[in-house]
Amino acid sequence: MSAFSKFLSGAAMGLALAVTAAPATWAETPANMLVIANRIDDITTLDPAESFEFAGADVIRNVYMKLVNFDPSDLDKGYQPEIAESWTVSDDGKSITFTIRDGLSFHSGNPIRAEDVEFSLRRAVVLNKTPSFILTQFGFTEENVEETIVADGNTVTITTDKPYAISFVLNCLTATIGSIVDKEVAMANEVDGDMGSEWLKTNSAGSGAYKLASWKPNESVTLTSNPDFYLGAPAMERVIVRHVQESASQRLLLERGDIDIARDLNPEDVAGAREAEGVKIHDELRGRLMYLSFNQKHPELSKPEVRQAMKYLVDYEGMQNSFLNGQYTIHQNFLPKTFLGAVNENPFSLNVEKAKALLEEAGVPEGLTIRAGVREAQERIEIAQSFQNALGQVGIKLDINVGTAKQILGEYRARELDVYIGAWGPDYPDPHTNAGTFAYNPDNSDEANATGLLAWRNAWDTGGLTEKVDAAVVENDTDKRREMYHEIQAEFRETSPFVVMFQQIEQAGMRDNVENVNFGGATTAVSYWPITK
Amino acid sequence: MANVDRTDRRRLRAPLSPWFRGTVTTLGSVAITMLGLLFVTFLIGRVMPIDPVLAIVGERASQETYDAVYEQLGLDKPLLVQFGYYLWDVLQGDFGDSLLNARPVSEDIARVFPATLELATLGTILGVVLGVPLGVIAAVKRGSWIDQIARVVALVGYSMPIFWLGLMGLLVFYGILGWVGGPGRLDIFYEDIVPTRTGMILIDSAIAGEWAVFRNAFSHIVLPASLLGYYSLAYISRMTRSFMLEQLSAEYVTTARVKGMSERAVIWGHAFRNIRVQLITVIALSYAQLLEGSVLTEIIFSWPGIGSYITTALLSADMNAVLGGTVVVGLIFVCLNILSDLLYRFLDPRAK
Repeated sequence: MSAFSKFLSGAAMGLALAVTAAPATWAETPANMLVIANRIDDITTLDPAESFEFAGADVIRNVYMKLVNFDPSDLDKGYQPEIAESWTVSDDGKSITFTIRDGLSFHSGNPIRAEDVEFSLRRAVVLNKTPSFILTQFGFTEENVEETIVADGNTVTITTDKPYAISFVLNCLTATIGSIVDKEVAMANEVDGDMGSEWLKTNSAGSGAYKLASWKPNESVTLTSNPDFYLGAPAMERVIVRHVQESASQRLLLERGDIDIARDLNPEDVAGAREAEGVKIHDELRGRLMYLSFNQKHPELSKPEVRQAMKYLVDYEGMQNSFLNGQYTIHQNFLPKTFLGAVNENPFSLNVEKAKALLEEAGVPEGLTIRAGVREAQERIEIAQSFQNALGQVGIKLDINVGTAKQILGEYRARELDVYIGAWGPDYPDPHTNAGTFAYNPDNSDEANATGLLAWRNAWDTGGLTEKVDAAVVENDTDKRREMYHEIQAEFRETSPFVVMFQQIEQAGMRDNVENVNFGGATTAVSYWPITK
Repeated sequence: MANVDRTDRRRLRAPLSPWFRGTVTTLGSVAITMLGLLFVTFLIGRVMPIDPVLAIVGERASQETYDAVYEQLGLDKPLLVQFGYYLWDVLQGDFGDSLLNARPVSEDIARVFPATLELATLGTILGVVLGVPLGVIAAVKRGSWIDQIARVVALVGYSMPIFWLGLMGLLVFYGILGWVGGPGRLDIFYEDIVPTRTGMILIDSAIAGEWAVFRNAFSHIVLPASLLGYYSLAYISRMTRSFMLEQLSAEYVTTARVKGMSERAVIWGHAFRNIRVQLITVIALSYAQLLEGSVLTEIIFSWPGIGSYITTALLSADMNAVLGGTVVVGLIFVCLNILSDLLYRFLDPRAK
């Protein structure tokens, strides 16, 4: 054997030894630790007054308490008392007075006072970050918060500009922005009058079941349990959420037992993991909707028959059972299932003949070409292709433009797209969040520039629906309010230029010893404190 | 006194030393290169179809919020003015804050770059240690079975998608055999045990004497580093073979053999000695490529390095982070070039 060959063999042997000498990975995670693989690169801040992303909401829900909150064991019960022990409403329906529960404390050991609640809500309004509209829609402004959000002894009173439905106000207070922050800690870290905002981006001052131990952007979030949590110390003493981009990598980690939950498995990996030993699949309905919309400035698309025809040109079943397999379910209403006022009526199915008849009735010319915008996401592109195929059968050509958010959203917000193929998720767990954008458009003129409203983006004058949405948001009888949303959606389904198609299902893989998992359904975020192994 | 003055003046007029001129020229070209790189990246960032404002305010923000943030980012100012502000900050070592997580970009880069440095260095060491001898043997035993194997190894290295190879590697060595650690730099149980000194976990754990952490870190890095090392090996071995074949057919090699020199002396003492300068260029280029961060490798192995950092920043329209990352990658190229130049002078008497 030559010197070179000896060298090569030695190097190869050394490498092999080094590899095999490496310790074997753990068979499973410790009993008191929960390890999750998830894409968390959307977290930009952990300040509850600013956070508006899914992964951020997951962290904040477990770190901060709110005046009222959802019980993960029964989300259908709606908001329940948390920091607020009880509340009363003034006769004019504009003021709600919350009584603060005794004996609660922040992670710092400071007691939770009415003053902290006042500070947190005022702070969210004054900082005026992206999600602040959830509170400012009640008429709170930087100028009036000292009169509209007031602590007095053990109570806090908030006064809105109109007598909104109590369910609407309280549902909004369960959103991330309603989190109650430890005033002393936040102000001790204030820089240049930012009310601790810079510090709270990467630190926490909460009172929830967990404390934030660390957040490494694009790497991991680590939470440690709060043994003094008012519902009792959580079983999982440490929760680690690790950023793992690839579905296949998440599946491998899960099957090897190095993680307990994998939250971003694609349909192929879900199918594979289902067969693996010691792994189960958890399905949960979430709030995200997939929809098509048609610009009402277009002379053909604005005809009522054409709007109807489009609803019969979507292959709902075909898509649900093929590339969306398990990840979306058919849902043709703008309120996600489980929301107050949600309905389960899905009257439309692919019916090319009926669509043809409607288009003929409308006098749509042969060979009509329309332009669709779709963002670069595999499932959206596949939906666009399916729709293109169905339109082809009635002689309409669909030009699909795939682009980045800037290109597509820019055109959509400027009312320049004929067709938009996209997704929408609720901002807060109240029906008004979607009613107020799909079916609400008080001024349809270009000058109104209401780019935040989907109805405006599609240049749709909603007829009487805008007024109905306004009426529903101030209706205090919850049953009546529910009924109003049923009616609004029934009319919306028939007349609107929107084709709501699907609601998202989150499919997560988890070790079979993990119990009591709830990702928050359509209304809220994940709760780690009930989880056991 | 007058004589002294004249002498001083003569000294002042005397031509500058070659070393001094060389240094000034090098620094000048580095400065121009970096300025050009910065300007081109800045321009691309401004004309590409991504919207930093939308990335910050979200899809459903009102026009007023959008306009306020647009102004806040200075995007309403002329392009050259924006570049001027940016350049001024960079010259003071400030790459700005990440638009998305509001942390200083320099801090982010200091966190992610050591991860890439550790991976790329180990990959390059593997590539050089195995690739150079393989290339030399393939040249010396041209046409033999070992040459054929080297050819196949290189061909597979060139043609196999790294994404596929990485996933297969993970499946076999982690998923089935359990020989190596999974995605990530450490098992979670070993995280935050050793204090961060260099950011390279192998080195930090060795310094701290935490050998359990060292072994765990090694079990995690060995697969991605071997993968990168394999690609590096494929390139280096082919280039080494080609350089060696050229030398081995030269007349001085025949002369040395005729003079009765041993084969070992002919190959290592003569032929290999003459390819060192070319090899340095090849190795430096290969190392620089790995230091840029192999995005796909980093994604598959959940390796928080600079490649995935820049990619995520780009997709999120975080241009401060993209520019900061690009400057660092540019500096790496420049530094490796300068290092190669210095090594040339050391190894090649003619360059002196």
